[in-house]
Amino acid sequence: MAAPQQPLQAPPEAGSMSAAHRELLARTPDVIAPGHTFGSVTDKISGIILTRRTPIGWFLGFGIAFMFLTILNLTIVKLLFTGIGIWGNNIPVGWAFDIINFVWWIGIGHAGTLISAILLLFRQQWRTSINRFAEAMTLFAVACAAMFPLLHTGRPWLAAYWLFPYPNTMQLWPQFRSPLIWDVFAVSTYFTVSLLFWFTGLIPDLATLRDSAQSKFAQRIFGVLALGWRGSAQHWQRYETIYLLLAGLSTPLVLSVHTVVSFDFAVSEIPGWHATFFPPYFVAGAIYSGFAMVMTLAVPMRAAFHLEDLITMRHIHNMTKIMLATGMIVAYAYVNEVFYAWYSGNLFEQFMMTNRQTGPYGPFYWMLIAINACMIQLFWFRSVRDNVVLLFILSLLVNVGMWLERFVIIVVSLHRDFLPSSWGMYAPTKWDFGMFTGTIGLFLSLFFLFVRLLPAISIFEVRTLVPEAKVNGGSTTEHLL
Amino acid sequence: MNDGNITESGALEALRGRLEATRGRQYWRSLESLAETAEFKEFLHREFPHNASEWLDPVGRRGFLKLMGASLALAGVSACTRQPDEEIVPYVRQPEEEVPGKPLFFATAMPMNGAGIGLLVESHEGRPTKVEGNPDHPSSRGATDLFAQASILGLYDPDRSRNITNLGDIRPFSAFATALQDPLRAQEATQGAGIRILTETVASPTLGAQMREFLMRFPQAKWVQWDSTGRHNARAGSQLAFGEYVDAQYAIDKADVILSLDADFLCTGASGVRYSRAFASRRRLEGNQAQLNRLYAVECDPTNTGSRADHRLPLKASEIEAVARAVASRVGVAGAGDAAVPQAAMRWIDPLVRDLQASRGRSLVIAGDGQPAVVHALAHAMNDALGNVGATVTYTQTAEVQPMDQRAALQTLANDMNAGTVSLLVIIGGNPAYSAPVDLKFADAMQKVALRVHVGLYEDETAALCHWHISQAHYLESWSDVRADDGTATIIQPLIAPLYGGKSAHEVMAALSGAGERPGYDLVRAYWSSPGAASGTGRVNASPPPATAATAPAAAGAAAAPAAGGARPAATAAPAAGGARPAAAAAPAAAPAAAAAPATPVSAAAAQFDRQWRQWLHDGVVPNTAFTPKTVAVRANFAAQTAPRAAVQGLEVVFRPDPTVHDGRFTNNAWLQELPKSLTKLTWDNAALISPGTADRLRLISGDVVELKQGGRTLRIAVWLAPGQAPDTLTLHLGYGRTRAGRAGNNTGFNVNALRAFEAQDILQGVELTKTGESYELACTQDHWSLEGRNLVRVATKTQYDADPAFAQKLEEGEGKPLSMYWQPYKYDGYAWGMTIDQNVCTGCNSCVVACVAENNVPVVGKPQVMNGREMHWLRVDRYYTGDIENPDTYHQPMPCQQCENASCEVVCPVAATSHSDEGLNDMVYNRCVGTRYCSNNCPYKVRRFNFLLYQDWDTQSLWPLRNPDVTVRSRGVMEKCTYCVQRISQARIAAKLDDRQIRDGEILTACQAACPTDAIVFGNINDPGSQVAKLKASPRNYTLLNELNNRPRTSYLALVRNPNTALEPAQPATDGEAR
Repeated sequence: MAAPQQPLQAPPEAGSMSAAHRELLARTPDVIAPGHTFGSVTDKISGIILTRRTPIGWFLGFGIAFMFLTILNLTIVKLLFTGIGIWGNNIPVGWAFDIINFVWWIGIGHAGTLISAILLLFRQQWRTSINRFAEAMTLFAVACAAMFPLLHTGRPWLAAYWLFPYPNTMQLWPQFRSPLIWDVFAVSTYFTVSLLFWFTGLIPDLATLRDSAQSKFAQRIFGVLALGWRGSAQHWQRYETIYLLLAGLSTPLVLSVHTVVSFDFAVSEIPGWHATFFPPYFVAGAIYSGFAMVMTLAVPMRAAFHLEDLITMRHIHNMTKIMLATGMIVAYAYVNEVFYAWYSGNLFEQFMMTNRQTGPYGPFYWMLIAINACMIQLFWFRSVRDNVVLLFILSLLVNVGMWLERFVIIVVSLHRDFLPSSWGMYAPTKWDFGMFTGTIGLFLSLFFLFVRLLPAISIFEVRTLVPEAKVNGGSTTEHLL
Repeated sequence: MNDGNITESGALEALRGRLEATRGRQYWRSLESLAETAEFKEFLHREFPHNASEWLDPVGRRGFLKLMGASLALAGVSACTRQPDEEIVPYVRQPEEEVPGKPLFFATAMPMNGAGIGLLVESHEGRPTKVEGNPDHPSSRGATDLFAQASILGLYDPDRSRNITNLGDIRPFSAFATALQDPLRAQEATQGAGIRILTETVASPTLGAQMREFLMRFPQAKWVQWDSTGRHNARAGSQLAFGEYVDAQYAIDKADVILSLDADFLCTGASGVRYSRAFASRRRLEGNQAQLNRLYAVECDPTNTGSRADHRLPLKASEIEAVARAVASRVGVAGAGDAAVPQAAMRWIDPLVRDLQASRGRSLVIAGDGQPAVVHALAHAMNDALGNVGATVTYTQTAEVQPMDQRAALQTLANDMNAGTVSLLVIIGGNPAYSAPVDLKFADAMQKVALRVHVGLYEDETAALCHWHISQAHYLESWSDVRADDGTATIIQPLIAPLYGGKSAHEVMAALSGAGERPGYDLVRAYWSSPGAASGTGRVNASPPPATAATAPAAAGAAAAPAAGGARPAATAAPAAGGARPAAAAAPAAAPAAAAAPATPVSAAAAQFDRQWRQWLHDGVVPNTAFTPKTVAVRANFAAQTAPRAAVQGLEVVFRPDPTVHDGRFTNNAWLQELPKSLTKLTWDNAALISPGTADRLRLISGDVVELKQGGRTLRIAVWLAPGQAPDTLTLHLGYGRTRAGRAGNNTGFNVNALRAFEAQDILQGVELTKTGESYELACTQDHWSLEGRNLVRVATKTQYDADPAFAQKLEEGEGKPLSMYWQPYKYDGYAWGMTIDQNVCTGCNSCVVACVAENNVPVVGKPQVMNGREMHWLRVDRYYTGDIENPDTYHQPMPCQQCENASCEVVCPVAATSHSDEGLNDMVYNRCVGTRYCSNNCPYKVRRFNFLLYQDWDTQSLWPLRNPDVTVRSRGVMEKCTYCVQRISQARIAAKLDDRQIRDGEILTACQAACPTDAIVFGNINDPGSQVAKLKASPRNYTLLNELNNRPRTSYLALVRNPNTALEPAQPATDGEAR
């Protein structure tokens, strides 16, 4: 099954290519910097966890993130004791920051799954050095997201189990027609599969860490987590089978989860929500925002731990291109919304669009257009793609833009619907921001712990990128491809 | 026990030996005891040898463990929820008619502003919970106004004064009665020249008689009546026109053309309910409808009456007199003069006059209470000239027992107090320290009185200035009587004993008259058993009534007296005497009294009176007490005697009672505070209403704080843009800015009394306005008044309607297109509940909203929550404007849950907490709700309400008995909404099942429907083609809102049909832009 994917990095076959192709290849950076060996890769990545001193910046960053995590905890305690009235939600805006944040986080998660599962199936070798932390990002984002469907309810202590179908003497079941129930299944499945996928991928590396660890404590912990991995051929064979199966399982989830999330809106009848093109629109937006988040995390991490030779400009370019592609789909959806509002001839749909553009929340709409439709056109330029600092800023903006998109869809659609008498305005409170920044704190805290305690880059998979791996006629992962 | 061993011969030998050894009497229980066997000793030692031995038996042990396990489990279950400590007081003797869980209704009446409205009050086990109209009462006919609906909260208001105090010290009432005797005796020398009694307008014949008797004892004492929002101008107007005090009674249903001169006759005053009903009777188009009437309204501020007018002309209040004079002189009132008519009214006058004259004897001119006396007199003269007297208007004596020039009386009182000639001031009701005209400096003048007594429901601004404060009994806890606007008298019977031991005005007056603590029941009954009671000339003291004399011993000292009569309503109302939970306590006490009564010799007259009395209490009206029309003649040339008002530069302010808190008496009523005022939709505040055009000219927006200045007085107040307000005028509502109202009412709004001078209690001219640059946040429940081009309110003129009665249905989006691909509607076999709301008769009076709040335990959320769009009203009245913003057409659209058959809310609830009943109700299961709010988001009508916080007051004990026990009290995190009063449906269903019959049409009245004065809301079974609701749904005017969404609402609306004068508004082609 050795695949002919060599052209991406292989000069030997260059002779058979056109000049233009050769030139393109020459300009395309490698997925791994030259000069790495199996040992150097292992040392470099495991060194972050085992030998190198924890940089002072890590403590600083984790400290700040933890502060925000504390805010989250405070907010949740206040929320449970006082009620969701501490937020700005009202009638008509029944959902606001809670569901915006939910959709935003769950969208961010999508990039991890896409990178690890779909790119694996499509044999995109460049995924190897970013998939691990992208998957971790997915898990942490889904953890942040999963909090909201529960906490946004008026009585979370009941919602925690009433939303699941469990046998009971009253013979009461959830209402299976409600998209919120679909959400529960979609998100819990997604989280479970992502966790398994991520952990399975970690096992060989955990064994590596176990073997390299100096302290007894670390050896024990990694030893337990490595589940007795010894790297035997049978282990590898089983590993590769399960990994491929999980990749196959995850792949439809990339599409299904955000499709189901989009049903929360598409199934309802509120103008601005009730639209058939929401599933592809939401999935594209999710991948778009997810890659923006991967970029946001990769750029500083790469600089902090000097991983430029593992996360190369090749990765940065590819991620930018995916953002450009998905961003264009999202922009197309914006055009579609405007077109169908007009074409429907429906008074309410038309008003919804006018209100988005010129209503009290109009500036947010135009900011979102400016970011998601206009700014991303910069990604066409190689000079932009080469500028890592600029890309970091732009990807942060994309995250802002995607948050605004959800704000526009949720709050701006709700605040003026059918009867003008019930129109209202929404303003977030400090607790709304506490909850939002708190989940960012949770996300970053987990991420900081992750990069410090677990290999943020897959050691064994990166080893397959090293030239020696090719000499031996293919890598373990190539085998399963 | 086995007796194995004692049957052996050796054992018997031993026994015999032992018996021989004993001396004297020795008892033995058995042979075993005699033998003192080991078994027997063990038997005595072990208490339960059977069970104990079972412990060793394998089967028995199992059973034992099972038992223990089960009881442990049960003990554990009960331990999970700690049951609250609660004292249960059972009925020792079940009161007659009282079935726990079944409410009883008692007739009574609510007095306000010099007239009463008849009520039936729902009582659950002795505690009143809900007010309904009395169908037998002329000013109610089953409906109520919002104040009556909200008065039940006033009864349980935790901030009500709870004690009788003297300089802050709690005293018994007897101490008050004693303390007053010396000062009163001191006054006897001067025949009471230093005594002043200040009351509100009194319409209670008993209190009137008590006053007369008090004044007989102290001829020099003065009784002053004063209401800050009283009908002073109407009284002065009748003096001017006829030379005597009379009340005009309008037969609105007989009038084809009505001209309102600044009169909000549909929604204010004691006759509002009666007049609304009569007006609505001429606005229906179904059945054998009469000809539509036509209403012209010339008014200063937007009113509910103006919103129902076919032609509305906004004019400065001071300019209306000119219009009145112009119209009067044209219809033939001599000496009316012809003042310069304002430009805006020029084109109005001639068509109006032609219309009035074409309907001679079928027209009506009504002047508003805020207009000066001369306008009232002109209105009387116009009715006279148009031949309306005797046809659409009659005159009677006033409902108040002693009409007087209240303003002058108050001024004299203030002057007397300042002069130091008043030594005893008794204030019964009212709050003059807050509401008296500011330049009278009433509070300062009061300080000069040696002894000041205040009787009131609250320790308010006036109470703070008085030596004595007597907590007054609420009308629902005291015996009294009151006349309705047409004179019909009602005995006010208490529903409960005074919660805080309050005293009624009658009891206070009895104490002042030296009668000590004579119970109110005794006084009222004494009055009504005296000759001439019905005509208002009865007596309380002079001749003791026979019935009272007869039962006095039995009832001595106890308010349980009515129980002695054994009359059905009285018997159950009277247990109130026992306290907050009176029924059990009072019933046994009453029983001996009842037994004692027949034993006492009773004269035939007393028995006769007793029967009558019971009947009056039961019916809620004293028959044949309505006034007979009086013949009065309009004095010639009165109009010429008063000079037309000169125009004054500057802004003009009008003072009006607030639409919800009135003159301040309801400031602490949270239901009314949170009730959106029907035209501004403001809650918890008042504001200076200003027209959008004037605001634009003065560069003001809603919420800007301005300083109003006139005659050295200033007022800072926020402005609010009110479409339809006359240019260059400001409307200021009274009743706000109070400092001692209570927790709900303190520091809400602005005290506009600061600007209300004696000479300008209604209209204040030449006001300077300066913008302060500050702004103030006002809580408004409806920010948008435009229909945004949507077909939500459908209107046609009468001409258009005649040409095309189904105009409303033709305005449907995508009319005639199939709404669904697979269309197989669910079949409702049994009942199918539905509702229609006739917008053509709805006046937007808000009674329904308060009724809904009272019936359904709807919580109050407070101003900050309302500002955040979280008000909890299950029923709101949407208000839309179309047309010219300076004088728009105003529409009211009550909006309860639409109870959709294809409800959007139901499919999206993840836990099925909102689901459909087989009768078509969209049910809400509070227990099951987890509060995702998805249902609310998906509801196109946004009628669902969410408990974002714990809005219900669980802690205030005085509010516990207020709640309707048939409706769940919702907690935090739960969605709620209108249920079509499902508890009433259930009650009717149970009653019908017991009788084995179908629920009859009209048997169920939803709370909103019951309260509606115009019967705009009709509820019933739409499966029954004979039901009223089914008939209305068949009307061509019937339409549903947002029909194109295919929600199939069960609530539908009947379109508006206006009846404009074609001379003023040229006919337009059918359905042309009317439904903007």
